[in-house]
Formats: sequence, C-alpha cells, structure tokens
Amino acid sequence: MQEYVKELSKIIIPVLMAVHTFCGFLGLSERIEKSGVIHVIQNLLLFSIQFLMFINLALVTKDMQYIFFYLFVQAFLLAAAVMVPIVYEKINRLLLDNMCMLLGTGMCIISRLSFKKAVKQYIIVLISLAVALFIPWILSRIRFLKKLTWVYAGTGIAMLSAVLILGEVTHGSKLSFSLWGVSFQPSEFVKIIFVFFLAGALWENTSFVRVALTALLAGIHVVVLVVSKDLGSALIFFIAYVFVVFAATRNYLYLLAGAVGGSGAAWGAYRLFAHVRDRVTAWQNPWTYIDSKGYAITQSLFAIGTGSWFGMGLSQGNPRAIPYVEADFVFSSVCEELGVIFGICIVLVTLSSFLEMLKIASEIKDRFYQLIVYGIGIMYIFQIFLTIGGGIKLIPLTGVTLPFISYGGSSVMTTMIMFFIIQGIYIRLQQETRPKNAGKARSMGAAGRDTEH
Amino acid sequence: MQERNEKTPTQKKKREPGSARKADARRIDNKWEIFATGFFFVAVFAAMIGYLGYFTATSKQEMLDNSYNSRQEILLSRNYRGTIFSRDGEVLAETVLDERQNESRVYPFADLFAHIVGYSTKGRMGVESLANYYLINTSTSLSNKAANDAAGVKNPGDNVYTTLDVQIQEVADSQLNIYKGAVVVTEVSTGKILAMVSHPDFDPNQIADIWDSLVENENSSVLLNRATQGQYPPGSTFKIITALEYIRENPDTYNDYSYQCSGTFTFMGSKINCYHKTNHGQVDFKSSFARSCNSSFANIGVGLDRERFRETLEGLLFNQTLPLELPHSTGKVTISADSTTDEMLQTSIGQGKTQISPMHLNMITSAIANDGVLMKPYVIDHVENDEGRVIKSFSPESFGQLLDAWEAEILRDMMTAVVEGGTARKLSGQSYTAAGKTGSAEYNSNGDSHAWFTGYAPAEAPEVCVTIIVEGAGSGGDYAVPIARRIFDAYFNEKK
Repeated sequence: MQEYVKELSKIIIPVLMAVHTFCGFLGLSERIEKSGVIHVIQNLLLFSIQFLMFINLALVTKDMQYIFFYLFVQAFLLAAAVMVPIVYEKINRLLLDNMCMLLGTGMCIISRLSFKKAVKQYIIVLISLAVALFIPWILSRIRFLKKLTWVYAGTGIAMLSAVLILGEVTHGSKLSFSLWGVSFQPSEFVKIIFVFFLAGALWENTSFVRVALTALLAGIHVVVLVVSKDLGSALIFFIAYVFVVFAATRNYLYLLAGAVGGSGAAWGAYRLFAHVRDRVTAWQNPWTYIDSKGYAITQSLFAIGTGSWFGMGLSQGNPRAIPYVEADFVFSSVCEELGVIFGICIVLVTLSSFLEMLKIASEIKDRFYQLIVYGIGIMYIFQIFLTIGGGIKLIPLTGVTLPFISYGGSSVMTTMIMFFIIQGIYIRLQQETRPKNAGKARSMGAAGRDTEH
Repeated sequence: MQERNEKTPTQKKKREPGSARKADARRIDNKWEIFATGFFFVAVFAAMIGYLGYFTATSKQEMLDNSYNSRQEILLSRNYRGTIFSRDGEVLAETVLDERQNESRVYPFADLFAHIVGYSTKGRMGVESLANYYLINTSTSLSNKAANDAAGVKNPGDNVYTTLDVQIQEVADSQLNIYKGAVVVTEVSTGKILAMVSHPDFDPNQIADIWDSLVENENSSVLLNRATQGQYPPGSTFKIITALEYIRENPDTYNDYSYQCSGTFTFMGSKINCYHKTNHGQVDFKSSFARSCNSSFANIGVGLDRERFRETLEGLLFNQTLPLELPHSTGKVTISADSTTDEMLQTSIGQGKTQISPMHLNMITSAIANDGVLMKPYVIDHVENDEGRVIKSFSPESFGQLLDAWEAEILRDMMTAVVEGGTARKLSGQSYTAAGKTGSAEYNSNGDSHAWFTGYAPAEAPEVCVTIIVEGAGSGGDYAVPIARRIFDAYFNEKK
C-alpha cells in the first residue's frame, strides 16, 4: 500500500502541479480569469497537492507530527486562499493563489528538512499574513507616501549601514542582527523602502539630473551591501534601480548604461574582493574544488541530477547533504524529492506572478504607484533568477532565498508585504475604474474585474 | 472603503497639478517598456528552464556515480546490486545473500574477468563502475516493490548484459598464461568488446583482503587494466601507420617503391637495425611491410612530411582521449614540424617516444578492417529488470571515418601478405583466413622486446579483431601470433 502511494505520488503531484501552473498562465487572460472558475480549480489543486505531499511525509517517516503540522498548514492556507478574498473582494486572485501554492510547498519542504524550523517558519508566516492584511487598508488611507522620497533613501542607507557596523557575521557575510532573541535581516525590509524611494524620485521628474541623483543614492545602498558581502541583495538593488529608471524614462539607453555600468562594477568587485573571486571560481570549476569552494554547488547538482524529472519522493532523498539547504538551496531539495518537473512548475508559477504584476503596472495611470508595482516585480523575479540560476550552476552563487519557499522570517515577511502592497494598489485600481460601469461590476461579484478599454 | 478610495488617485492628480511638463511626463504611456521588460525576463527564464532541463536529461548517471554523492548509499540501502551477465547469459558477478540477509558480491569466474568486470567494493572498476547506475537502481514492477516492502526485503537492482564471451575470454587468458600482457578481442562491424584480458590479474572475490597489499606496494600494477591503460612502444605494428602516411603522400607511386636492405640503416648519424639485424635484401613496399623490415621503413620515414604525418597521427586519435568509456591512457606521439631526423626514424618503426595502449591499436586495426570506419567499442549490451524486461539497450555507434576506404583496402592487402608470407606465417593454412601485423617492441637497450600482434579474420570479410601484447616475450611472430590463432580458432569454432 505504502509503496503504491509513494510511487504514484511521484507522478500525480507533478501532474497536478503542472495543471495548477497552466491555470496560472490562463489566468493572465482577462476573459478567462473573469469567470472565477480558474481559482476554484487552483484551490482544489493546491489542497490536493498538499494532501499528497503530507501523506507521503507521514507514511515515509511514520511520524505523527506531520499530520498535526498538516492540519495547521491547511488552516493557514484556507485562511489565505479562501478568507482573504472575502475581506478584500477585489483582491487579485491570481497572485493570491500563486502565493498560497508557493507558501504551501515551502512549509512542506521545510518541515521535511527540519521540523523545528518549519514550526518557527509557520509562526512567522502567520504573523506576516496578519501584518500584510492591513496593508491594502493602510495604503488607501495614507496620502503622503509620495512626499517621503528622501526619507526613504536616508532610512534605507541608515539601516543597511547599521547592519554593516553592528551586524552579526553568518557564513562570512554581515546580514543580520538579533533583537529580543529574534534575528532580523534588514536588507530584506530595506527592499520595500528602496522601491518607494525609486518611485518617489522618478514618478514626476525624469530629467538626467534627477536620474543621476537617484543613481548616487541607490549606489550608496549597493556599495554598503557589497561591503557587507551581501552580493545577492546588492545585485537585486542594482537591477531594480536600472529597470525602474528605464520604465520611468522610457529610455532604452539607460538599460544599456546599466548593462555597461553593471558589468564594469562586477569586474571591479571581482578584482577587489576575494569572496567574489571565490564564487566565480566555484562556478567555473566546481568539480576541481569539490572539497572546498565547490562543495555547496556540487552537492546541489547531485541533488537535482539524482532527483531527475520525478524526484526521489519526499523524505526519500538526502537534501541535508547540501549546506544551507533550507535557505539558499531549497530549490535543489524541491527538485531532488519532488522532481525537476515540479521544480520547473515552481519557476513558472513565479514567472506568471511576475507577468501579472507587469499587467497590473501597465494599467495604473498614477506613475508613482505604477513604479512601485513594477519595481517590486523586478526585485521579485530577479531574486528568483539569482537563487535558482545559482543552484543549477547557470550563474555564480549569490546566496539569496527563494521567496515564499525558503526558510527565513525576514524573507517571507518582506515578500508577503510586497505582494500585499501590490494587492492594495490593485484593489484601488479596481475601485477607481469601477464607476464607469458600476452596476455591471457589482453584479459580477468578487472575482469580477473591469477594464476601461 | 470604496467611497474613501474613489477620491484618492484621481483626485490626487487634481490636487497636485505640478508643471505642465511634469504632468505630460506622467501621462505618456509606458506600456511598451513594461511589455519589453516582461519579454526580457520570459526569455531569461526560458533559457534557465532550458538549461535545467538539459542538465536533468544528460547528467543523471554522472551525478549519481560521483563518489561525493551520498545518494548512492541511499539506493544501496533499498536495492540489491544487480547481476552482470556475459553475452550468452553466464553470471559474471552477482550479489548473494546468506540466511541473515547479509550481502556479498560473488564473481564465479574469479580472476578471469578481473579487470573488465572489475569490483564494486574499495572503489569500482570495469563494468561494475560503468554500469553502476543501472546496477543500483531498480526497475522492478510496482507490485514487486510493494511486496518486497511488505516482506521487509530490498528490491533487486537491474541486471546488466555485457558483450563479453566467456569462451574467448578463457582462451585468451589461458594462452597469455603466466606472461604479463593484455589481449583485446572486438567485433569489427559493431565495436562489441568480446574479450579483454590483462595480466597479472587478481581475484575480485578477495578484493577486500588483498586491497591493502595491492595499494601498499607502489610497484604493483595488478589493478592496472593493461588493455586500456597500458602504455607500450608499438614497435613494428606502427608500420601500419607509417605505411598509411606513405600511401597518402604517394598515392600513385607507392607501389614503385623499392629498397636494398643490409640489416641496418644509417642516416645523418642515426642508425636503425632490423630485428636481429636480419638482412632482408631487395624489398618493395609490400614486402618490407610483410617482412617488417626496419631499415626500409626508416628509409620511408626520413622522406615523410612531418606536418602531414602529425595530422595523420591525430586523425588516428593519438594525443587525445579515445571514444571509449573505460578508463584509458592516451596514445602518445611527438611528431611535429620541427621533429629531428632521429625522432622521425625512431617513430617510423614504432620506437622512440611513441606509446600506445592495446585497445587503441585494436581500434585502429578494426577501423582498417571496417573500410576505415571506427565503431565505438562498448561492453554493455543491454539492461534488464529482474523480470527480464529490457530497460535500456545500447546499439553499435560509429565514431567516424579514421581513414578512407581505399586506404583501408590497400592496408588490408598488405596485412594479408603478412600472414601469407611474412612475419605472421603461423596464422596461415587455417580453415579461415587472417590478416594482421606483428611487432617486437624493444623496451631496453639489451634488445629485449614485447611481442605484439594486431589483426583480424577472415581476411576478405573481417568479423573479429584481435590485439595482443606479451610483455618481454620476444618476437611477435613467435609469441603473439600463436595466441591470436587460438583465439580465432575459438571464435570460429563457437560460430559453427
């Protein structure tokens, strides 16, 4: 019996996941999304996949604690996927569904890697949702967000510098500090402030002088991060700056300048910092340094390669052989045990979320809010590129988390807040366009979404 | 909430008019830029997914076989290692259980297949290493897995069928006798390895006990598979290659060649002797090959174009990795545009710095036998699950054309002459015809030599290719050719 469940799950889980992913892309189409059926399907798939994954965990480990954890996780997912749309009836269901899928997968994988960490993560996810739920409401009330541009920059730089000076060293980088026994990674939260800074600086004035001034302040963020050896965050901030400038100015030359400047800076960092050179060497020749610099990446490749398309099954692989697996290499452990097909679906789910964000951005007339949605989208998708690209040896390792799936409180809370900022802006966009055909919209219920074209 | 929101963004614009220019900048539509961003990241992600897919599709075996990958032990804790069979279904290696379910790996033929089947504890070697992935994975049916799980026993790993032939292996092994050396037997049209012997050998059943003594003794080369990893001076067998180069450089006139042998050849201070200083008298191109006249070939070597010779040698896979999955050494040769005359002389007769493994020479020979086309040698024929269902089968694969068909034809004619009236006369007068080239490669200044033979049979329609080296035995014609004859006998007997 147990063998049948284990073996069949290896096929059924990726298939269900593939359908869920496909629905995510279908949902990008306004016409299909409107009917709302797609979200019912996605939620059914989410809960079926969760059921199968935790059944496997419980069967293989013969450990009852997974059953309890399963019930807690389902309660959370039920709240997020079903209750939230009741509170905010105009919420973007596609982003919400995708978020739930990623969070659910994350909780399951972390509980398999370390049950203790999973419980901790669960509590943080719960708090994050509670905090994030207020964001749309807060956004609808605060009016001075556009005026705080220089405050954002100052706060961001101050927070990052504080970590640089006071922070604790983990894995050779200064990333976090502890407060009342809880460890914070401020660079995660500064991401949000940084996007507000960029939007505030560029929403109405896109003169060269303004772009240059923004570059200077953004550059300080990046340099502080590089000195803290937080290369991944430094790259994310840099890319967000380049793309937000591009969208604000509509000038492709800034993209080109960003590419040239970025390559120059990367080369400079390579020459200046030994830890950057180490990462590049480990990327070029991991097998030569399999005992030292290349250990993490080769262990990641073993996990993915051995798991292959359908995976070894939950709790049947050896993901703990990969260093920092819950944070930096969670994608490799997903591929190892749930299979590369499932892994590719995860990548596609994040991609469809990103495309939905861009779609929302393109509909927003207010440039300030548009740039915020756009900037968050860029940060989100680029971080996924860094962590997955690094784990599969497409690019050098930068040590960033996979949003919503990796273990890490600051990461999950920041990403959740970012998603709900977009939700808040989206809800307002819906209400703004509603009066044109208010009667019709009202009759369409919660999932209805109007267009003004 | 709705009422509150209605006045936020739309009315905000009215409240914050700004300058006319600024307001314009805000209103300019940037949909295309956002679209371009989406397109860019979709392209990046498509590349990333493509890379991940490619990695997954191509690297599974390589990843699992790496000794740093701890997942091998996980698989071995769930599956027994599968069985290795010969081509006709005899067990070459199997895992046996005692009453307490303790596993031991048993090699019924003991040291007969020591190097080619190899061992799987204390590292891995031979087929045990090549097919490790299949042996430790199971493709047994789901119902079997469930039954095994319920009974608390492991699943059987997949079984590997090799191309190895027990009878030919036995003949090769017994004929090589107590000598150090190696024998390689392959099928010309497919590249199947039928037999591979390396002496001295060991008993893989005892590997755990003898391991320490083998590793401690630095001079011991017992674990070395001489057939693929041995590096020997090719001696006169190299004349096949010198002859090929001469034909290439003189395609119309090579047959007009003639030379007066006096047992030694001297040129610009370098001196080459014929084997035992035999005086071959008047020889032409074919007879200097058939009788293996060093003086004549040194004379040919002096006139060769160094650069073209280097190209020919590279075309025959010298100084590069062979298309062979077994661990092997690369053939070495040092000819270049600025080689000295002495180097050219020595190289032409297969002495000097030139080195080759028996497997490499076998590949060149079988390419000649196969109209110039090299079939990649392989030893794993197919993989079955425990119920006999074929999981994976390997088909013959061509590596490419090492030499032109017409060049191969000329060389075959010359190699036939070696058997008919030359140094391999001991192969003539059999129920089958054969062709080949002998060699007596000197490895010290006392004139001691390794006995070589490389050749194939039947001469007119080659089926089987044999390469033999007997270390320190003497002349190839006397010591290697008789072994070849026994192997050909066994091959054609078995066919009947």
